[in-house]
Amino acid sequence: MTEWFADNFISILNGLAIGSLLFILAVGLSLVFGMMDVLNLGHGALYLIGAYVGFQFTGGISSWGGFLTALAVAAAFGLVAGLILSVATEPLVGRGHLDQALLTLGVALVVAEVISIIFGDDVQNVVAPPGLNESIQVFGNTYPAYRLALIGVGAVLAIVVWLVIEKSSLGALIRASVSDREMVSSVGVDNRKVKAGVFAFGSMLAALAGVLGGPVYGARTGLDETVLLLALVVIVIGGLGSVRGALIGSLVIGQVESLGRANLPEFASFMLFGALAVVLIVRPRGLFGSKVGAP
Amino acid sequence: MSAEAETPTVDEPIVPSPGSTGPSGSPGRRLPLGRLIAALLLVVLAAVPLFVAQFPTSMLARMLIFALLAVSLDLLVGITGLPSLGHAAYFGVGAYTAGLVAKHWTAAAPIPLVAAVVVAAFAAAATGWLAVRSHGVFFLMLTLAIGELIQQLSESWSDVTGGDNGLYGIPAVEVAGEPLVLVGYVYWYVLIFAVLGFAVIWAVSRSPFGAALRGIRDNEARMRSLGYSPFRYKLAGFVIAGAVAGLAGGLLAVQQQLVTPADLGFTTSALALLAVAVGGAGSLWGPAIGAALVVLIRDVYGPDLDGHGTLVLGIVFIVAVYSLRHGIAGLSTTQFRRGPGRQTEKADG
Repeated sequence: MTEWFADNFISILNGLAIGSLLFILAVGLSLVFGMMDVLNLGHGALYLIGAYVGFQFTGGISSWGGFLTALAVAAAFGLVAGLILSVATEPLVGRGHLDQALLTLGVALVVAEVISIIFGDDVQNVVAPPGLNESIQVFGNTYPAYRLALIGVGAVLAIVVWLVIEKSSLGALIRASVSDREMVSSVGVDNRKVKAGVFAFGSMLAALAGVLGGPVYGARTGLDETVLLLALVVIVIGGLGSVRGALIGSLVIGQVESLGRANLPEFASFMLFGALAVVLIVRPRGLFGSKVGAP
Repeated sequence: MSAEAETPTVDEPIVPSPGSTGPSGSPGRRLPLGRLIAALLLVVLAAVPLFVAQFPTSMLARMLIFALLAVSLDLLVGITGLPSLGHAAYFGVGAYTAGLVAKHWTAAAPIPLVAAVVVAAFAAAATGWLAVRSHGVFFLMLTLAIGELIQQLSESWSDVTGGDNGLYGIPAVEVAGEPLVLVGYVYWYVLIFAVLGFAVIWAVSRSPFGAALRGIRDNEARMRSLGYSPFRYKLAGFVIAGAVAGLAGGLLAVQQQLVTPADLGFTTSALALLAVAVGGAGSLWGPAIGAALVVLIRDVYGPDLDGHGTLVLGIVFIVAVYSLRHGIAGLSTTQFRRGPGRQTEKADG
């Protein structure tokens, strides 16, 4: 067991890094769905925007200025995009998930195409900021410092999001909206504002994830679909509308991805599907699923 | 699927007529106008290669193939109320199966197509067994995941599928020992089997089984209390839709003589869903028109737009959601039918 652990140490760390990124990405998707019943298939496109913002402002140069600017710009883009999506899906409330899926899918297609027109279809690399742009020794293994930092950022964000959702009064409002929207609006809270806020926040996190994931995954066309799929698998496994579920789902999928690719590269995709299938057979609403998304 | 030799003749209106397949479940009287349009359309479609140049003919063949995919998806989305985002997976399974059979075993019609249908049906049964247990948005996500994973299989299993390069060098289909090389003959081959596929879906949707599927879509709890097993019905619907999508994929392998992972990817699934939504879910003929529109934008106008036809399609998506609630089919039925409008509440995903 210890030997296995030592052999797979790098993979486990990679899994944690992927998991951190996935959590940042998936928590917004999960909250938006859990709260407002909006399935946002444009979430991957928000990540893509972030990735290309990261490329635009850092390029091939390693600098903190560029990286932080990229984070700020991506956050702004995400906030605005979230507000727009929130307004755009407003008329579709009560028309079923298919229409929302089609609308957000259409938006995602447009965004991806516009990005491909601006930046072309080449794979672009994003360089980590100085200091994180090298490898360091971890228990006798060489490991990229940036990924360790990513794990740290993910952990901090997870704690912050958890504190906000579970402990603050704002979080109480959000959780109340997740469990009973009508009741919340009957006590005089404007649901649309809460929805717009959560949408903007979740979209901002997705765009930030794009910048943060840049040094690991780069920026390329088709990345939006890949991350959307991963995020969907995460929130289905974790349960929709649950922060804890998104966190655990991210960590599980991060490990499945990383250990799977390292040990059984041929079957990595099937392990992902296998994990999803097992969870859905055993717990059809996810590990921490609430009643949202009921038929 | 073994009686392909006796394919429907031209004078039989097998294309569903408007008003005959209302999703409310009541078959209603078939409008003679609908029959007439269907028969006329079939004659025109059959005559196309005699009058039209090669490129438009092969484009029309692509439209027919994509229309068959969209109609099979409509059986799920419109009739059964299961919005699938991974339907292209079975299309691709059929395409790869037909391509592999033609390449390594025999290209004699209709063996590759039969293999495509059988394997796609098995794939749909294996994955649908899991997918149809879920409801609403979980179904949407599960089918999306299944589709992506089958696409990844096609990319990573490169010894068999050719990986990212795709499966190329698929020999032309042979009829009575002679390979079909001319575009017009390939078109007719596609037309015959596409019409057969439409007929299957249409017959299913008008059968008592189709009525049960609509019942499950509208009120699953009531159907269960009436003694139906929604799981079995949904799974059967899923398998039939997958099998017909496999048939469409088999035709794709014949028409393109090339299958790539993109053919079964998320974008193909999404475009099929767009075709259903634009055409009008539940009407069967609407999605066929929607599919023709999608192929027209992507393959005919796309090259003029520097390969960015998807951008236009994305805009069509957005416009369709806001302005075409019941799709193209919804526009026409308001003229054909009086009384309360069709209740094409899109499947509550």
